[in-house]
Amino acid sequence: MAEKVLMKGNEAVAEAAIRAGCRHYFAYPITPQSELIEYMAKRMPQVGGCFLQAESEVAAINMVFGAAACGVRVMTSSSSPGISLKQEGISYIAASRLPAVIVNVQRGGPGLGNIAPMQCDYFQSTRGGGHGDYYTPVLAPSSVQEFADMAAEAFRIAERYRTPVLIFADGMLGQMMEPVVFEDDYGPTADSSEWALGNRSQTKRQNHIVNSLFIDPYELKEKTEKLFEVYDEIRKNEVRYEMYNVDAGPKYLAVATGTAARVVKTAIDELKDQGIEIGLVRPISLWPFPYEAVAAAARGVKRVFTIELNMGQMVEDVRLAVAGSSPVEHIGKAGGVVFTPVETINLLRERCQ
Amino acid sequence: MRLIAKRPEGLTKTRLTYCPGCLHGVAHRIIAEAMDELGITDRTIGIAPVGCAVFAYNFFSCDMIQSPHGRAPAMATGIKRARPDCVVFTYQGDGDLAAIGTAEIVHAANRNEKIAVFFVNNAIYGMTGGQMAPTTLPGMKATTAPYGRDVEDTGYPIRVCELLSTLKMTYYVERVSLLSPKEIIKAKKAVKKALKYNAEGRGFTLVEMISTCPTNWGMDPLKSREWARENMLPVFPVGVFRDRGTEKEPAISEKKAS
Repeated sequence: MAEKVLMKGNEAVAEAAIRAGCRHYFAYPITPQSELIEYMAKRMPQVGGCFLQAESEVAAINMVFGAAACGVRVMTSSSSPGISLKQEGISYIAASRLPAVIVNVQRGGPGLGNIAPMQCDYFQSTRGGGHGDYYTPVLAPSSVQEFADMAAEAFRIAERYRTPVLIFADGMLGQMMEPVVFEDDYGPTADSSEWALGNRSQTKRQNHIVNSLFIDPYELKEKTEKLFEVYDEIRKNEVRYEMYNVDAGPKYLAVATGTAARVVKTAIDELKDQGIEIGLVRPISLWPFPYEAVAAAARGVKRVFTIELNMGQMVEDVRLAVAGSSPVEHIGKAGGVVFTPVETINLLRERCQ
Repeated sequence: MRLIAKRPEGLTKTRLTYCPGCLHGVAHRIIAEAMDELGITDRTIGIAPVGCAVFAYNFFSCDMIQSPHGRAPAMATGIKRARPDCVVFTYQGDGDLAAIGTAEIVHAANRNEKIAVFFVNNAIYGMTGGQMAPTTLPGMKATTAPYGRDVEDTGYPIRVCELLSTLKMTYYVERVSLLSPKEIIKAKKAVKKALKYNAEGRGFTLVEMISTCPTNWGMDPLKSREWARENMLPVFPVGVFRDRGTEKEPAISEKKAS
């Protein structure tokens, strides 16, 4: 049986990525993800992997781009402003149909913001983020264990669909210590021999070209449509969410993800004792968003609350899902101020009157 | 009949997209010939830039990838780290390498990243239509320097070989020119040395090639070569700036910090 260890989220996801077969990691220091890059600096040489501190976020994502084109499991991590810098590269990686994993340990924004946990990169994460017509699958953990488990899951999705995958964490999940158990068997790297660079001398194949430039509009149209066929498959197969306290047909529904969902669960339990029933849908994949699950859970409820560590971003997806069948309200905070359980209980109790 | 010239195996049969009189074709050819002669094409990965050579992935017959603007040395780093047995080269113009990609080229050289960089300098942005480059000469006109480059306002041309050769670890840096058959033969020797050093896993190599842009300079090909000789070579002198392969003492002999 695997051993249970106490670790910070930033370290746990790094260890899990290594155990999942990631042997290439390129990043640039930024708070609150620095324990991740430091852990990789220490661990990668021990497993014969490549750790390189890049000169910038821009360089780091392009190192990821190059390594991904060779078919190896490669990861980078950063925090909000650094993820913004990586967006050009992420767009290229998506367009070039390459697998890679990007961890965003979000901090307060906009601008330099601060280093407190926020979920204010929701729009950027779920709407492509960079230039052009594309998406990246987004996984949002709400515990250190889930953060760690998502490393292997992100690589699996990335390789199956040949797409960059984003892990949407925050400063709280990155810095917090919790018990975690690691799997050791995460499966082999997907076969990349049809497209990867540099494996030619053994196979005597034609040269491979990795490219995202299609100067003929009809060719770009066709390539983009192909990309969206892949996205249709992802929408069909990779929607993930957790339902909490929904079986008894609660009068109210909460939708919250990541760190916010943890606080909301505590509030739901407490309010249940006070006779107020609130169900929760916790989206785990933010793209593809669990529209159908939210719509089904919202059917017949008096009100839907979207609770976020921002000024109202996921609430737009919740409104799309609910499609007017119930009123949807946003409860959020800017600045990296995290709701306390008592505060959340009081806020929800007031709104359930 | 005796065969005296043929297409190198390192080039595909795709027609080049360059303007008449452009020297990119020459630069491509000498790189391809060098790959042929070293027998490394099937273990070489080339990186096309953004700029006139953006379609280079169609022209070289090795594995190819197209990079975001200026990021080729970072991408090459990722490729080399993933495929240490491959020879990895970037092909970059002056805007790509010395403006938007300045950080990436300096740090790749500083890490002595085991990649070859082919840097084509014609002192202008070609693909976008003749804008000022970081290597545009003082007083030289460009569409974004319509009164000529004013060094008080936009600085002096950046000399990449001089800059990179100050870095301790850089393995091999040479500037050549493509302005006559004699110079092209010399340029090919430099290109071949750069690739050979990389095939041997030695370190960072860069060959800067002084080139022309008849279209955006508004000159015919012969006149543009004369102009480059008279105006570019004094600012960008050819020569070997660094060759650790021939140095008696390795340049990195200092003690490690404890």
